Parts: sequence; structure tokens; C-alpha cells
Amino acid sequence: MGAGHAHALYVHEHSVVHRLAPESKLVAAVLFIVGVAITPREALWAFGLYAAVLGVVLAVARVPLRFFLVRLLAILPFIAFAFLIPFIASGERVEVLWFDVSREGVWGAWNILAKGTLGATTSIILAATTEVPKLVQGLGVLRVPAVLVSIAAFMIRYLELIAEELGRMRMAMASRGYDPRWLGETKPIAAAAGAMFVRSYERGERVHSAMLARGYTGVMPVLGRSPAEWGDWLVAMTIPLVGLAIAVTALVVT
Amino acid sequence: MHAPDGFLNAGTALATGAISVGTVGLALRQAKHYLLDRQIPLAGITAAFVFAAQMFNFPVAAGTTGHLLGGALAAILLGPHMGAVVVTVVVLVQALVFADGGLTALGYNILNMAVIPAYGGYAVFRLFRRLLPDTSGGAVGAAGLAAWVSVVLSAMAFSIEWLFGATAPVSFTRVFAAMVGFHVLIGIGEGVISALTVGVVLASRPDLVVGAADLDRRQLEDRRRTRTPTFLIAGLLAALFAASVVSQFAFDDPDGLERVAEDTGIVVSAEDHALSDSIFADYATAGIENEAVSLAVAGVAGTLIVLAVGWGLFLGPRKRPGRPAAV
Repeated sequence: MGAGHAHALYVHEHSVVHRLAPESKLVAAVLFIVGVAITPREALWAFGLYAAVLGVVLAVARVPLRFFLVRLLAILPFIAFAFLIPFIASGERVEVLWFDVSREGVWGAWNILAKGTLGATTSIILAATTEVPKLVQGLGVLRVPAVLVSIAAFMIRYLELIAEELGRMRMAMASRGYDPRWLGETKPIAAAAGAMFVRSYERGERVHSAMLARGYTGVMPVLGRSPAEWGDWLVAMTIPLVGLAIAVTALVVT
Repeated sequence: MHAPDGFLNAGTALATGAISVGTVGLALRQAKHYLLDRQIPLAGITAAFVFAAQMFNFPVAAGTTGHLLGGALAAILLGPHMGAVVVTVVVLVQALVFADGGLTALGYNILNMAVIPAYGGYAVFRLFRRLLPDTSGGAVGAAGLAAWVSVVLSAMAFSIEWLFGATAPVSFTRVFAAMVGFHVLIGIGEGVISALTVGVVLASRPDLVVGAADLDRRQLEDRRRTRTPTFLIAGLLAALFAASVVSQFAFDDPDGLERVAEDTGIVVSAEDHALSDSIFADYATAGIENEAVSLAVAGVAGTLIVLAVGWGLFLGPRKRPGRPAAV
């Protein structure tokens, strides 16, 4: 079950990027995005370089372009908002193509568009090259509170199961002719959500009993993972170092 | 509301990050005695439920759909601390694994989607529990209103963050009017679905609803059947009322005012902005066109949020008598 879920986001390959220890990749991704976020938006060349760096990593990790583009669709709602900004922003007006828009607004939209896309790309690479359970282990190594990490682990473990259960409920409703169009017709959806909560909760109770029976003491044992080696950190850190170098140069130049 | 990287400036990201880390730390501490024992698998599976519930599209009107945010629902079902922790995990995993929301935007995303809806929603829930009859029906109604208000509080919080950390000169009043206006409507859906969900859980496993743990068997059975249309009409009326209040502040067009000022030659010198040296640096000042109104709206909304969240934080730890032991 867990494997099936991971496959939707994970690209099974054997690249250098895949082999790096998860905690080193997590730190590298966060630092790289911080670099992108602090870059002044006027430094167009810097964003080009960031895109090039991420392009190289994508190629090295052999993430298929189509897979990447589909995943990138997640940021669409905010992209839509970004395109609105030039029209509703105040300040000096300029003409772009056929539209009369705000100059500052165009810069604002570009800022959100560029940084949002680069940030999402980094997250996509991280998830595509690291199996989800390992990602969660990496969070644990980085001293994220153990409670949060264990909750996240359980959530990921059962997410697909619960989503499938939800799918079956919807199919059952649809096959009985339920096709709501208005908010007033949503009672069956809420009934399904309520039933799903009770089912999830009761499943949680059963899982907990089963774990206690197998000697669970409140801490998950870590199986067969070796700590990150110096080599992992060295390789992983090259990316954010390049990124931060670009950011600092951009800050100094502009 | 999953904002991407770079949506708000670095200072705002850091400040909201600090607030989120602080509150979630507090929530973890409060939930600890509850969590260490037997609840981690439960919390994890409930987190999966909230995640799945966010995929639950419900129709709003003729073809358009919305989806559940679930912060208030989680807080009512699990208690505010556990609710906040669980939704935080959901937002964290969405950013890390699903690229939904930026990693550097986690501070404000967790604040807006986990902390404020869970604590603020729970506070509103308790408030309406007091006002409404002490029955199962009362709890269901309170849940609906709390979920609706939680979405509006969240939109208000987002607008205030925009005031401090805007990356484009879109005025605060515009963002506030658009965000709050839109979410006042979207929130009705959240309220209806949350209320009905709480009703279903109360009917089958009332011991699982922490927010209604004080109800005894007799009160649970006393349940007036509120029909969904009644609920909807009540929600719409409440929305209209709220929208009219908001519009009092926000819908006067600041651009129009400015133009009139320019045309009539009453151009106020722009350089000496009273706030230009304060925290409202850069764009935030560009974003404020009508200072008095903006600050009044932001102040009132901010106070409301802080009051609600503070009250939710205070309400959580008290153990209420009569909670049946979960089996």
C-alpha cells in the first residue's frame, strides 16, 4: 500500500541524486529555496541560472519532463492570482502587449511566478528522488519533534488506503445516481465524511492495539538506515552553495 | 490557500515562522500526555483523514466546487491542540512531498491553515456552544458556525500578512475585501459540511467528538432535525450581514480617491510617509492607500484573530468532567 502511494510521486531510478542521504537532500533543498527567495526580483539572470541548476539536477536524476510538468500543476491557483496582480496593482502604468498594467504589478507577478515555480521544482525533485518513508526519517534525523515525525509517518502510511476508501464511497454514491449540483444537496457527502472519520479512528485504535501486541513502546524502531556520510553532505551541498553564491552576487549587484 | 515560495517577503516569512513554531510547540506540549500513550497512530490516521477530506470536492453552485480545509473540524473532533498538530502535519507533508505550498512559505501556511482555524475555530465553537441549546443539535450548529468563521479568520490573517509582507503594490483594502468576501461565501460550504460531519459522528460515536464530550446521553438524543436548506439560508443571511460590515470598511475605492485628489490638485506629498521607517517598509507602504481605513481594518481583524486564537489556546487544556473514556 505504502509502495503504491509512493510511486505516484517517486521516480524509480538509480542516480547520484537518488542515492544521497535524505537529510542532506532536505537541508540542501531548503537552503536552495531560501537563496531563491532572498534574490532581488530585478536580477533576471539569477533566476535563469537557478532554472539551469535545477534543470541539470532534473537531468542527472532522470526525472521525466512530462512527470515533472504534471506535478508542477499544483501551483496553478497561485499562478492565476499572479496574473491578476498587474491589473489590480497601483502605481505607474505601462503598456504590455495590449494591456494597460501597473509596472510594479508586473514585477510583483514575476516575483511570485519565478520564485513559486523554482520552489515547487525543488520540492518536486526532492520527492521524486527520495522515497517518502526515507524523507520522513530524514526529518527525524534533523531533530524535527519525534511526535510530528511519527504522525507524518502514519499519515503517509494510511493516506492511500483512506483515499481509496473515499473513492469507493464516491463510486457507490455515483452508481446510485447521486450527482450533486448545489450546496443544498451535499448531505450524503458529509455523511460519507463522517463515516470515514469514524472508520479511520477505529482503524487507528485497531492498529494501535496490534502494535502494542508486537511490543510498541511509543517509539518506532529504525530499521537498516545508515547515517549520512561526509560524501553525501559534500555532494548535496554543492547545489545550495551554487544557489547561495548566485543569490549573494545578485544582492550585491542590484 | 497553499501559498508558494516568495509570496510574502522574507521578514514576514520569518516572523510567521516564529509564531507557528511557538504555537505548534505549545500545542505539542499540551497534547503530549494525550499523545505519548496511545494516540500517535490515531493522530496519524486522522491526519490522513483530514488530507483525504481536503480532496472531498463539494458543489457550491451549478458546477463550481470547493473543498474542505478541515482545521476547525479537526479541532472540534480532536480538541484544539491535537487538531492544530494534525493539520500542521498535513500542511508540512503537502509542502514536502506534494509541492503544494512552498517550503519557505511554511510559516504563514501553517499559521493560516492549521493554527488559526484550529484554535480560532475551537474558540468560536465554544462560544456558540454557550449560546445555543446544550444538545446534540446545538453542538452541530456551533460546529457549522465555527467552521465558517474559521475560514473567514484565515482569510483575514492572510490579508494582514499581506499588509506587512506584500511583494506587489496591491492595496491592503483590496486584498482584504477580495479575500474576506470570497471566503465568507466559500466558508458556508465549509460550515455546512463540517456541521453535517460532526452530526454524523455524534450519532454513531459521540465519544469521539472532544468538543461535545460534556453532553450526556439524554442531551445527545434530544436532537432537532435542522434541514439543510434552513441551514443554508441562515448561512447566507449571516454571510450577507458580514459582507455588508466588511464592505463598510473596504469597498470604497482608494484608487478613485487618489485620482480625485490628483485631479483637484490636493496631492499630498508622497515622500514623507508617516510609516516609512516602521515595520511597514517598502511595498506595505505602497500597499496602503488609505492609511486610516487600512490600519483600522487591519487592527480590528488582527485583534479578533488574536482574541480567538488566545481563547482557543486557553480553552484547550482544561479537562472537562464527564468525558466518557474512549474505548
